[in-house]
Amino acid sequence: MPVEVRLPTILRQHAGGQASVRANGETLQEVFDDLVRQFPGLAGQVVTEEGALHKFVNVYVNDDDVRYLDKLNTKLTGDEVVSILPAVAGG
Amino acid sequence: MLRLSADAYKRMIGHCYDGLPLEACGLLAGHADSGKAEVFYPCRNEAASAKLYRIGIDWMKAERDADERGIEIIGIVHSHTHTDPYPSPTDIENAQAAPTMHYVIVSLRDTAPMARSFRITDGTVTEEFLTVEGR
Repeated sequence: MPVEVRLPTILRQHAGGQASVRANGETLQEVFDDLVRQFPGLAGQVVTEEGALHKFVNVYVNDDDVRYLDKLNTKLTGDEVVSILPAVAGG
Repeated sequence: MLRLSADAYKRMIGHCYDGLPLEACGLLAGHADSGKAEVFYPCRNEAASAKLYRIGIDWMKAERDADERGIEIIGIVHSHTHTDPYPSPTDIENAQAAPTMHYVIVSLRDTAPMARSFRITDGTVTEEFLTVEGR
């Protein structure tokens, strides 16, 4: 069952302007792989070439930051909403 | 140029004072084309620091509300409690996460608050006019 993936404004240009898309996968990694298959422009924007979460994004499954779950190995059942957000910080 | 509604400006300044002694942060939503920001969303500073700020899940909540209003996030606000309203090296480095944004810094160093707005692209800081419209 596909999960809903919400995209921040700055990434929507790579997904035909959509705020929310659907992608398949039983883990976050599989969902992001499917996302890039559908929208190649998102390659490298969320997951780095080395296979880690990009440092400039925060990813949430429902309200939980995946860095405190199982990162890209976080399991999904299809009922979740995955949100990708810019990781904004400074001093 | 960034044009703030008077309401957004007042809420932004108030939130920065409310956050003392820590840095405060928030988001501005409006229209990217005109640079007009209508709504200020206060965000929790997840760094809980007087020298750093970090916006987390509050971005999602702000963006959902902005989507419903038909506007978008166009600006990122944070306070400098004791220094000039100018981007720090950390601000410049991290602006790569959202390079299209207006970056507003509110300095609370002096008696009156001072807000300035910048664009930060590829490590280059450019100040822009910041105006407040209406009352």
